[in-house]
Amino acid sequence: MLDVLVIGSGGAGLSAALAAKEAGAEHIAIASKFPPMQTQTTMAQGGMNAALGNLEKDHIALHIDDTLKAGRGLCDEEMVRLMCSEAPQSVAWLEKLGVPFSRIKTTENEALSTIAQRYLGGASVKRACYAQDYTGLKILHTLYDQTRKYNIIYLYEYFLLDLIVEDGYVRGVLFWDIAHGEVRTVIAKSVILATGGFGAMYHNHTTNMYGTSGDGIAAAFRAGAMISDMEFVQFHPTGLYGSNILISESARGEGGYLVDQKGERFVDELAPRDVVVHAIYEQMNKGNRIYLDLRHLGKEKLESLLPQELALIRLHENIDPVFEPIPIKPVVHYTMGGIDIDKTMEIPTIKGCFAVGECANSKVHGANRLGGNSLLEIIAFGRIVGENATNYTHYVREKSIDKDYAQRAKDDIDNIFVDVHKPSFYSLRQKLGECLYQNVGIIRDEFNLQQALQEVTLLQASLSKYGIGDSEFKHNQALTEYLELRNMLMLAPAFISAALVRQESRGAHYRKDYPKMNDKAFLKHIRLHYQGEMYG
Amino acid sequence: MDKVLIKMMQNDKETIYKVSSKQTLLAALYEIKETQNASLTFNAGCRASVCGTCAMRVNGREVLACAYKPKEGDFIEPLAYHTKVRDLKVDKRTTLDTLVKAKAWLHHYNETTQLTPKDEYLTERQSDCIMCESCYSACPVFAVNSNFIGPFALTRAYRYVEDRREKSTTYIIDAIQNNGVWDCTLCGECTIACPKGIDPKNDIVMLRTKSVQQGYSDPNFSFGFGTPDFGRDFGFDPSTG
Ligand SMILES: Cc1cc2nc3c(=O)[nH]c(=O)nc-3n(C[C@H](O)[C@H](O)[C@H](O)COP(=O)(O)OP(=O)(O)OC[C@H]3O[C@@H](n4cnc5c(N)ncnc54)[C@H](O)[C@@H]3O)c2cc1C
Ligand code: SF4
Ligand code: SF4
Ligand code: FES
Repeated sequence: MLDVLVIGSGGAGLSAALAAKEAGAEHIAIASKFPPMQTQTTMAQGGMNAALGNLEKDHIALHIDDTLKAGRGLCDEEMVRLMCSEAPQSVAWLEKLGVPFSRIKTTENEALSTIAQRYLGGASVKRACYAQDYTGLKILHTLYDQTRKYNIIYLYEYFLLDLIVEDGYVRGVLFWDIAHGEVRTVIAKSVILATGGFGAMYHNHTTNMYGTSGDGIAAAFRAGAMISDMEFVQFHPTGLYGSNILISESARGEGGYLVDQKGERFVDELAPRDVVVHAIYEQMNKGNRIYLDLRHLGKEKLESLLPQELALIRLHENIDPVFEPIPIKPVVHYTMGGIDIDKTMEIPTIKGCFAVGECANSKVHGANRLGGNSLLEIIAFGRIVGENATNYTHYVREKSIDKDYAQRAKDDIDNIFVDVHKPSFYSLRQKLGECLYQNVGIIRDEFNLQQALQEVTLLQASLSKYGIGDSEFKHNQALTEYLELRNMLMLAPAFISAALVRQESRGAHYRKDYPKMNDKAFLKHIRLHYQGEMYG
Repeated sequence: MDKVLIKMMQNDKETIYKVSSKQTLLAALYEIKETQNASLTFNAGCRASVCGTCAMRVNGREVLACAYKPKEGDFIEPLAYHTKVRDLKVDKRTTLDTLVKAKAWLHHYNETTQLTPKDEYLTERQSDCIMCESCYSACPVFAVNSNFIGPFALTRAYRYVEDRREKSTTYIIDAIQNNGVWDCTLCGECTIACPKGIDPKNDIVMLRTKSVQQGYSDPNFSFGFGTPDFGRDFGFDPSTG
């Protein structure tokens, strides 16, 4: 029996596993549906916030302030305090493990004081620690190296199907072993969900990687957890039009213009993210095409300032930004909502089951996440949850599970294989993405949301008419993607309902029919509870 | 849209698909999967050249599928020297274990070190590695010695050896003597294959120097060879590297 089972090998999962080791847990395993390094965390470039004050005078209180302000009243102040005050220690911890943070020259005599920091939107000072252009990647890889040092077990390509919960206590987890094509039951004293967000629901309209499909949120939801703040979905103004790849804010910071097809500017490019996003969206709704224009900066400047960006644009959009404007659109970037957890990061209705990172709603982001706070959250809270989950194991007596839960999961999967050659389900994934982007996008209203709700309910109901088109049990990628879609279709109605209920505009959630913030009625979290069947 | 034909082996049969040359190979693979053949199997995530999972071979050369545009007649294969599991997907477990063989991690943190920008540059390039394993697939040593620690694990070993926060580099240097630095033929194929401009060959040369400083010597010297000579039977000539 495992002491601690971590699901997800992103920054949150790996920090949790290492912290569990530090706290004395003996048998720890990390399960993930993809090879260990294939996580959203690798994509983070910008940085990780910590009030070190290395470049400018800074203070933890200022960091707390900025975070609360961005969250528009919906942050849990105690959790924000915890995260921000843990930030310097979290950076120190990473430094000790060997993360190659970028450096500055300094005269003081302490290792941390040489870490460079940069400015990210919404922060009042330069507060984001970074590792060149690859902050997430370098943090993740360093954490991975440490898990190998401590011999932590990897359950390679294990897809979380469902949690096993008895009398309100987590007993274990059902997985689909992708390589062997079999259902596996893993028993553990405590379980940590670190499975990431659900941005992939906006298929074709998101910077997130394939597979950021909210599987952990869906599994917890089915098992009796509440989910909250699901209506808050953060958009980034400049995704490449065709490929949705992120063009970082630095392009505008360096003087890039946003223009329509006639070449006319329509917004102050350096305004806050949500203002820019709204302006672009309104133009697009009028039928205008929007471009990021960098031509006036000149070839030399572009080549030296944005070499990586140039390469990505040339490759993915078949245009040369030196001579042509770049077609862009706002795309989904981060999902603030998730599994509702208490202050120890445990799921209140499922004892022994914890959640951390983008899949969890620890309420540090509220209605709007600050750049750099997500990497901080996954490391700071990853460490805390690892320790909490380990402490929890001391109170668990070894107990085998009596029922054969695996059988039900097997039957469910077998069902999917009954008629694999029905029309391909992939068209549904496209439709889901399109529907959400059009109707549950940057600007919402009652009519659109109702329409979306109807449409996703229909998609959900029609899922059984579609097949996976691949009859092999082993390494069935289509099956994985089908299970992901099923989870997304299960969550979609829930999160659209939340958007319908919130009849106000706050942070990332903007209702055209209720354009004002309404503290009296909505200074609260919308929590949802699942009452359906385990397998639908 | 310009359409081109690409070929690959699927279920031991050569299969041909028509795809657009304007999109990346990865986008083309997804188009095939979504509209032509849902059983086509590969690994990919970020589509932005950072997660390292979509590396494969086109006409015998390693590429990231998400950073390559298909051309007429391209032949697509999975990475070499990995256990092939299905179509374009390989098992990376064994290769990841080379990191354990090399003990490539920070062993003992030196509390008193204060890193400078110069120290940062010492390991910047090596830590850019995205673990795509293209270099491993390109390395001819694996044809004769599957226990070779291999290029990316050695690059990573070097990254920690050069990290001034490491108190003692002996653990790593000891770990890379057998099936390690001396087994490399310095052919440079890994360096050519790397999509991130990393130079594992040079890192291995540096590790040899470090090994010598630590009292190790080239085990091949006793036979009178500078580098192990596998002859020309393996399709490469190390002396030309
Ligand atoms: C392009 C981009 C840039 C970003 N830049 C920044 C930045 O500069 N600063 C910042 O703070 N934040 C940034 N973010 C946000 C940040 O990267 C993420 O929020 C964060 O990395 C999430 O980490 P995580 O550990 O919670 O999840 P992830 O890193 O997404 O990991 C999820 C893990 O769960 C596993 N998993 C998922 N489902 C299952 C299942 N069913 N079964 C088994 N395993 C499963 C996955 O395989 C993966 O291992 C950025 C995001 C994007 C997309
Ligand atoms: S230089 Fe060494 S490690 Fe690189 S490919 Fe050649 S033999 Fe392999
Ligand atoms: S060294 Fe280069 S080729 Fe090798 S795994 Fe790293 S990024 Fe890939
Ligand atoms: S898909 Fe991530 S590197 Fe290509």
